[in-house]
Amino acid sequence: MTSMTPAATTTEPILAVDGLRKIYYGSGRETEAIRDLTFDIAPGELLCIVGPSGAGKTTLLKCIAGLLGATAGDVRLEGAPVTEPPPGMAVVFQEYGRSLFPWLTVRQNVDLPLREKGLPKAERIRLVDTSLDAVGLGEAGEKHPYELSGGMQQRVAIARAIAYEPRLLIMDEPFAAVDAQTRAELEDLVRDLWTRLGVTVLFVTHDIDEAVYLGQRVLVLSHAPTVVLADVPVDLPAERDQLSTRGSSRFAELRGQVYELVQQAKQGRR
Amino acid sequence: MTGALRSTLRVLGLPLVLVAIWWVATAGSSNFYWPSLQSILAAFPGTWFDGRFAQDVLPSLGRLLVGYALALVLGIGAGIAIGSFRRLRLLLEPALEFFRALPPPILVPIIILFAGIGDGMKVVVIVSGALWPVLLNTVEGVRGVDEVQRDTARVYRLRPLTRLRRLILPAASPQIAAGARQSLSIAIILMVISEMFAASNGLGFTIVQFQRQFAIPEMWSGIILLGLIGVLLSMIFRLVESRALAWYDGARRADRKG
Repeated sequence: MTSMTPAATTTEPILAVDGLRKIYYGSGRETEAIRDLTFDIAPGELLCIVGPSGAGKTTLLKCIAGLLGATAGDVRLEGAPVTEPPPGMAVVFQEYGRSLFPWLTVRQNVDLPLREKGLPKAERIRLVDTSLDAVGLGEAGEKHPYELSGGMQQRVAIARAIAYEPRLLIMDEPFAAVDAQTRAELEDLVRDLWTRLGVTVLFVTHDIDEAVYLGQRVLVLSHAPTVVLADVPVDLPAERDQLSTRGSSRFAELRGQVYELVQQAKQGRR
Repeated sequence: MTGALRSTLRVLGLPLVLVAIWWVATAGSSNFYWPSLQSILAAFPGTWFDGRFAQDVLPSLGRLLVGYALALVLGIGAGIAIGSFRRLRLLLEPALEFFRALPPPILVPIIILFAGIGDGMKVVVIVSGALWPVLLNTVEGVRGVDEVQRDTARVYRLRPLTRLRRLILPAASPQIAAGARQSLSIAIILMVISEMFAASNGLGFTIVQFQRQFAIPEMWSGIILLGLIGVLLSMIFRLVESRALAWYDGARRADRKG
């Protein structure tokens, strides 16, 4: 890493997935979840991965995050092979209620990973404050997660992730369990944070509209055993908002294109 | 104010009724084995506060607390180890089930062989019985730690000790508390039983002595004292539990609402 110049870093992918394969072995049966996945993410990019349910999205994510070992192929974060969860990476899980620690307050939840990093106290306080403010929860620090609504709990999980200052932020269907109104707000929050912090985001979803609205690029996965079906660049303007962006004709075209691909994926095209 | 009064009444109501029934039913009793409650209560202060408190009650409570504390430390420690490592669990589970099934009083003569007849023996007897509920509940509590919380701890690279202190222990604590509560009542029973063998002081020893001397009101007063100690200890336990597990109660209430 030391030999890498800043100029080189910008052209090198931050995350490189190469020939990833995952087979589950259990009770005499093999289940091939992922057949062959190869893709890169450039630093600062917001990539959405979309696929039908059963596309092995969660498996893929766990392999990238180092929570699950791959059967073949490799995953590299900033050039280093991922064998366990690497530093510089944060994950926001779909099950916010089960990802936060209910015995800690909101502040303590956000603070715990920072403590573990060994950051000085003043720095931790600053990071916790700014990240809670950034997700609109500046006042809720002393509450416990169960005192908050689902959408607010997911905001806490997002605050915890950004306070950690990751270079890669992985989000696993983070808004699948919140209502539509909250979901729209949280989508805008993600776009906003991504623009402001310059963090690379890998956003996994089964929602086609969400993928097109958020991403600079949408990767469509096939049904399991998974391969990459298509890589769709999203050429919508960088400034997006729920009404005009979703109402634009280009959005409709892209949405239609991705929808068609997901339909093909469901029918088993690979 | 009225709410507090009402809840006090609810807590004390049934005991008061039972005591009243006992009082009335035994008033003027001439049965030697069923003395009147009045005479039992009359015997109470002289029996227990004339030196026996320091001589018998405190040593009993001391052994109880030492034994219970040891059972908790061993049970939680071993429970976390067994719950964390599948291999260890598979290896130990049959043996644990076997030892758990043995009624501890039956072990007393054997324990005397190894531990003599002093305080050590009594503590060992208490541990030998009180260990199991807290141990087995800790194992289950640790195994039941949520998968997403475990993944979260790994993603944020929490070190093993942090993981233990900030995830495993708190997550398992509701179940550990359930085990610890069962262990407490077993420990009290074994405190008494251990003092029925080769003892020279203690509550159990004294009550048996009264029985043998046909000091029936004194014997009854000892049984009442045992009951009161049990109630007191369980109240202390509940107080500690409700403080330590406030988050758990809150989360459960939120779940029920949502």
